[in-house]
This record gives sequence, structure tokens and C-alpha cells, in this order.
Amino acid sequence: MEKEKQVKEVLSAKNKTERDQKYNEYVKQVTPKHSCLKNTCNAFWTGGIICTIGQGLTYLYMSFGLDKENAVLYQIISLVFLSVLFTGLNLYPRIAKVAGAGSVVPITGFANSVAAPAIEYQKEGQVFGIGCKIFTIAGPVILYGIVSSWILGLIYYVLGLLGIV
Amino acid sequence: MMGTQSIAFRNPPWIISAASVVGQKEGEGPLGSYFDVISEDPMFGGTSWEDAESRMMKLAVEQAINKSGLSKEKIRYLVGGDLLGQLIATFFGVEALSIPMFGVYGACSTMGESLGFASVLVDGGYADTALAVTSSHFAGAEKQFRFPLAYGNQRPLAATWTVTGSGALIVSRTRAGAKDSETKSGEHDVRVIGMTPGRIVDYGVKDSMNMGACMAPAACDTIAANLRDFGVKPDYYDKIITGDLGYVGQEIVIALLKEKGYDIKDRHLDCGILIYDREVQDTHSGGSGCGCSAVTLAGYLLRQLRTGKWKRILFVPTGALLSPVSFNEGNPVPGIAHAVMLEAV
Repeated sequence: MEKEKQVKEVLSAKNKTERDQKYNEYVKQVTPKHSCLKNTCNAFWTGGIICTIGQGLTYLYMSFGLDKENAVLYQIISLVFLSVLFTGLNLYPRIAKVAGAGSVVPITGFANSVAAPAIEYQKEGQVFGIGCKIFTIAGPVILYGIVSSWILGLIYYVLGLLGIV
Repeated sequence: MMGTQSIAFRNPPWIISAASVVGQKEGEGPLGSYFDVISEDPMFGGTSWEDAESRMMKLAVEQAINKSGLSKEKIRYLVGGDLLGQLIATFFGVEALSIPMFGVYGACSTMGESLGFASVLVDGGYADTALAVTSSHFAGAEKQFRFPLAYGNQRPLAATWTVTGSGALIVSRTRAGAKDSETKSGEHDVRVIGMTPGRIVDYGVKDSMNMGACMAPAACDTIAANLRDFGVKPDYYDKIITGDLGYVGQEIVIALLKEKGYDIKDRHLDCGILIYDREVQDTHSGGSGCGCSAVTLAGYLLRQLRTGKWKRILFVPTGALLSPVSFNEGNPVPGIAHAVMLEAV
């Protein structure tokens, strides 16, 4: 009944602004949504598994005699490799469908966002295809990552001059 | 001319042939048995998604011409369109056929626009036969409007799945040959009796992943205009069939029309809902794309008319008007819907 009232309000709105607003409210009511709780839980355990694999790899490389810093580097390279491999085999989108942020946030998500355009735009050539479009998704992350780290560096520098840190 | 925006054809053009070519997913759907060609190769033997769509469209046109028994020189004009920028799927697809052509764009409503326009040409006496064709390809549409295929993300529940498919229909001035190679004896002939070109309707929805909600007001506007212009009630039609509103848009269009005094609930179908099994095929709100309404019409809907299950239908493909640029610049997504009236005789 609530919805019927909303439809009435949409069609009896006095002007376009009011009609559009009422319609958008109505659309919100009839549009199904993913369950936030379920998505959060899925992101938690899938993201956790990816990170656990990463930690396991670090320990594995350390057991080969590498120091921690180098072991972490090799771990990152391994995860990126696995992510690109899974992207190429078209398995990563299937994981992401369930995992959501769980597979986007770790470094595997970043690797996927670079590998996917590389595959898709390869047909448009090495320069204008892969070259220009490989960072269409990851580009903003790189740009704003650098900008925000620059700002943080500036704050750190100023705090240092003031003797706070 | 009828009413404010409709056309009643004086010499209703006959549909003498129809062909549908689809991808594997569509072939596995509930309408699979109605399609002429189901390709397991998503590339259709081509080298890129765009090339694949062109090849698919060419195949649909050739199938339609073969089924009509006419030579391709007998097709006076071709009216076609697709979703890719600058209609490249259509232009590269039909290039080799060298049929004089018009490129049309109405987003996913293009089948209504091309079939209606082809019928206008025939009814007006400007062509003996005209061919209407549209196509869409899941991968090409994802690449152009959303993300590269291999990118991992979650699709909203209101999102639709672009149909990989191309449908082609040939309309003719003469009834002779109105039975194509698949028509069995005793079956009906089908003609286009009228159309209602739609207006652009914008209710300010900005969510391009909820296209059903963007297009439903346009479908409502066109259907109401058709009923008003022809002075008929919804029961004039056995079915009123929208293009790709999906489950979300279906609920909205029925509610909007009911409020306007037209109850279509018992006779509304949506091609986007018909073409996939959403439980098994994970297609969320349904199918979409120019190909969705085109192959459903050429395959399933025409069959129902020919067998006499339905006598008269209103075919209303719906389009969401956006480009990646308009969306990024914060514009809303207006809708458009073109209605074509089909009758079995």
C-alpha cells in the first residue's frame, strides 16, 4: 500500500523536481539490494584467506633463509602473479562475485584491475590499446595514492620541524 | 496518423521472414529452442568483440534473407542499429551485403525503431521490402559501458545481463511469401498494423545499473499514448511486451500504468524476463540490449502469433539513453520506448 501511495505521489507531483524526487524514492523501495551483512561476512573471510595465504608465503620464504623484508617482497610478487594468472583464466571475476571487497582490497585486487584492461584492450594495439588503457581502473588509485602520500609526507615534515614527531 | 503520436498503416506490411542468432547463454535459456542459430563460440569466428558482433549481425541478416527465399538484391533498404559507439557493429556487419541502409540508434529500443521505420518505408510505397536488424553482444557492451570482462566486481541485483544476439525481420508490401521456410501450413501470417514512436522521458534516475527503473516511465508513456491514440483498452492486445525492463522495471511500469487507469498486469510480458532463467543463469534483473527484444521477437513472439496462440500484440522495446561520458558528467539516464503493433491474420 505504501508503494501505491508513492506511485500516486509521483504522478500527481506539481513539477519535475518534485516528481523526480518522489520517483527516485519509489525506485529505492522496489529495487532489491545485496545484503550488507552477508557481503561484509563474505568480504571478511575471503579477504582473510588471501591475507593468510600471503602470510603463509612469507613464512615459507623465510624458511628458505630469506630475511623478513625480502620474504615479504617475494610474497607480494607471488600474490600478484597468482592474481594475474587467475584473471587470465577468468577465475578472478568468479571469486570477486562472492568476495566483493575481500578480493578488491588486497594487492590481488590491484593486480586484477591492471591485468583485466591489458587483456581487454590488447586488440586495440600495444600503444593505444594496452599502453593507454592499462590503468583505466588502477589509474585513480595510483594518482590519488601518490597525492595523499605526498600530503602525509608534508604533514610529517612540518610536525618534525615543530619537534612533535 | 492516429491521435497525437501514432501511425496506423494503410497497407500494413507483412513480416515475410525473421531470423535470430544468439550466444550460448541465450541458447541455454528458456527460449533456446526458438532461435535459428546458437553459437558456442562467443567470438563468432572473429578477432575482437566488435568483430564478433558484426559477424553475428551479418549471419542474422543472411539467415533472414535465406528464409524469405528472396535474393539479397530484392531487399530495397536495410534499417539497423546496435549499442556500440558510432554503430560500428552494424556498419561493419552489413557492409559486405551492400544493401542501401539507414543506421538508427535508440539504445535497447532500436528493434522497435528499426522495424517501425522499415514498415513506414514499405507502407509509404518507398520500398517493396525492407529489412530491420539489431544486435548486442554481452562482452562488447560490458567493455564499452562498464568494465573489462576479467575485472572482478559485484553486479547489483537490479542490474541486467546484456544479451548476445541479433534479430532480423523482413517486411514486405505483398502478402505473397508471408510464410517463410519455417511456417507450417495452416499457420497465420503476421503484419505490422501500426506504431507509436516514443518520446524521451526523464524521471531523473542516475543509476545506470538500474536501467529498468530508468526506462519504465518511458514504457508507461508510450503504452499509454498507444492506447489513447487508438482509443483502445489494454485487452485490445493479447500481450503487451516490453523490451528489457527486467523484474524491477516490470513492477514499476505496471504500477505507473495502473495509476493512469490502464491495468496491464495480466497481459504484460518482458523480453528481458523471458529470455533467461534468473535462478539458474544468475542474470539478476533479466536480459537487456538491442539483441534482447530483437531475438525474442524474431524467435519466440512471432512463433506465438503464427501459431495463433496470440492474435495481436504490442511490442514495446525500451532504451536507456546514456553514454559513458554522459554518465560520468553526472547526467540522469532518460528512457525511450517505441511501440509496434503486430497482428496475426
